[in-house]
Amino acid sequence: MLDFIQQLVSGIALGCVYGLIALGFVLIYKATEVVNFAQGDLMMLGGFFVFTFIGLIGLDYWLGFLFAVCAMAVFGMATERILIRPILGYPQFSIVMATIGLGYFLRSVAGMIWGTDDLKIETPFSTGVLKLGDLVIAHDKLSVIVATVILCAVLYAFFNYTRMGTAMRATSENMLAAYYMGIPVKKVVSLIWAISAAVAATAGVLLAPITFIHSNVGLALGLKAFPAAVLGGFGSIPGAVIGGLIIGVIETLAGFYLPQGWKDVAPYVVLLIVLLVRPHGLFGPSMRKKV
Amino acid sequence: MRFVFKTDYDQDIRLLKHSGYWWSYGVLLAVLIAFPYLVGSYLQSQIVFVFIYAIVGVALIILTGFTGQASLGHAAFLAIGAYTAGFLQSQGISFIVYFPAAAIITGAVGAMVGFPALRLSGIYLVIATIAFAFIVEEILARWESVTHGNEGMRVRAIDFLGQPIPRDGDAFYFLCLLVLVGSILLAQNLLRSPTGRAFIAIRDSETAAKSMGIDLAGYKVKSFAISAALTGMAGVLFAHKMSFISPEMFTLLLSIEFIMVIIIGGAFGVHGAVLGAIFIVMVDPFLTALKDDVPVLGASLATTLGMAPDAAGKLRDTMSAIGSAAGLKGAIYGLIIMMFILFEPYGLYGRWLKVKLFFQLFPLYKKATFKRQKTYVKSERNR
Repeated sequence: MLDFIQQLVSGIALGCVYGLIALGFVLIYKATEVVNFAQGDLMMLGGFFVFTFIGLIGLDYWLGFLFAVCAMAVFGMATERILIRPILGYPQFSIVMATIGLGYFLRSVAGMIWGTDDLKIETPFSTGVLKLGDLVIAHDKLSVIVATVILCAVLYAFFNYTRMGTAMRATSENMLAAYYMGIPVKKVVSLIWAISAAVAATAGVLLAPITFIHSNVGLALGLKAFPAAVLGGFGSIPGAVIGGLIIGVIETLAGFYLPQGWKDVAPYVVLLIVLLVRPHGLFGPSMRKKV
Repeated sequence: MRFVFKTDYDQDIRLLKHSGYWWSYGVLLAVLIAFPYLVGSYLQSQIVFVFIYAIVGVALIILTGFTGQASLGHAAFLAIGAYTAGFLQSQGISFIVYFPAAAIITGAVGAMVGFPALRLSGIYLVIATIAFAFIVEEILARWESVTHGNEGMRVRAIDFLGQPIPRDGDAFYFLCLLVLVGSILLAQNLLRSPTGRAFIAIRDSETAAKSMGIDLAGYKVKSFAISAALTGMAGVLFAHKMSFISPEMFTLLLSIEFIMVIIIGGAFGVHGAVLGAIFIVMVDPFLTALKDDVPVLGASLATTLGMAPDAAGKLRDTMSAIGSAAGLKGAIYGLIIMMFILFEPYGLYGRWLKVKLFFQLFPLYKKATFKRQKTYVKSERNR
């Protein structure tokens, strides 16, 4: 029984990692209906930035964290301005391919700049564990869980209770109508890319002690976080975290109880089954177009 | 400019619209048939890869370009075709049986993928096809009695009615050319039949197509099955060309390469598949040239322009360091995808049509003919 609980807890920790990255996917989708396949690579870039600030320049951890998040927010805005704005509104699949291209580009450029070795940074969460009876949770995983919960709550409140959040939802419904209503659409889109990149950077920094920093970390985690977002229903913030938790727990339990090889496939099998039953994910809206 | 005087409704759906087409396509076919006798074996082998990629491109154009269903799982269909060929060949079954068998099996799997796809659209469909491809990849790695797992599988040369067709011979080239021409004709004939028109209606608006009485489910499954069957045939040729197949050859990256073929070529016409395939296959030789030839060439050019030999040598070293940097291919792929989507959304075939129209209308060509209208995001959620 303890084994099971321990596996469950580590599954939840892993799920929060996926959820944290999935949050970034969902934010951009919620405001602009754009699916950003390069989200994992933005996270990877955030990790490299924090390595540069802390490991190379030698800043304090929290200062480096702040700088990396700010730098990534600017980077996200620049990406939106250069790559996304000219093609916004074209078929969704073209934009998906453009972001896949961006991911390719960022991965290899990061590999060229920072090399292909695993990089490490010292963080306050690197060592130490929390003991609850017989249960053991490492601090680095705990930090991810806490950050996911806080970010999820803050972003949920932002989207549902602030003027800007409402403007973002309106933009995604119908950009032209939102523009006529006086919503500064370009600013809204820029802002959401900045927020999303900042969330990605946060994920990258918190994951640095767990997965280390290398140029392919974004692809590997992004490909798991993406099903998480879909499972929760693209466009639902709590859905992203719950989807991440489901994927993480299934992956960990499948790795523990099922024969080898199931660990990587089980999340996708579950995803296909869920999509068969609910084509818009667990928490996605299921509306039909009325003519 | 040529004006085709129409006296018959059938003229609208003719394969070759007027006599000029007979000439241009006839010459193209003659050149392709003469090719093996003109070029070296390296180039010939590259052209065979162009043919195989172009077959997959045609398959994707039927699915994505005509029917509007996105797929990032075509590497899995290619793998199923390749492994069917490999397994049936090792059981001693002849090529003329397992070639169609591979197409039928892959087509059946494609139809099975098509069924869940009926309810999915947009991004949900993309992720479902990715999930399907991952599952297939894992099955290939685990089902060792058939696929030999991660060790991979050797595929012997084709045995065509007792006549061996080695993978770098002229006969293999002609076989691939035949399959490519066949699949292009299939796609073109599909396009002028009621089925093809139904596909296009579904792409343009599902709601409108449904209200015109088009059976959405049936046509979507058909589109998936045809596309998968064509990819399966390409898979057989691919397996024989590579002569060795293993699961890690059929990853998501290969699916992305196939999508690149139709993005670069242009997804609205079959020509695009061929142009895109040429482009994608030629990226590798181009990168090799960038690594080996360009630095030497640049250095000798610098010396002739009056640069000191030491400085020229340094220049050569820097250039070859850039050319051989790890991951350069990924960066170039990424740039190509982004540039095409940003600046040439209709692909190479679109550019070809623009250039053609420019000369046809020579003094009267208007730039605005192909200008894209500004579009705005509208929610796809309630579609």
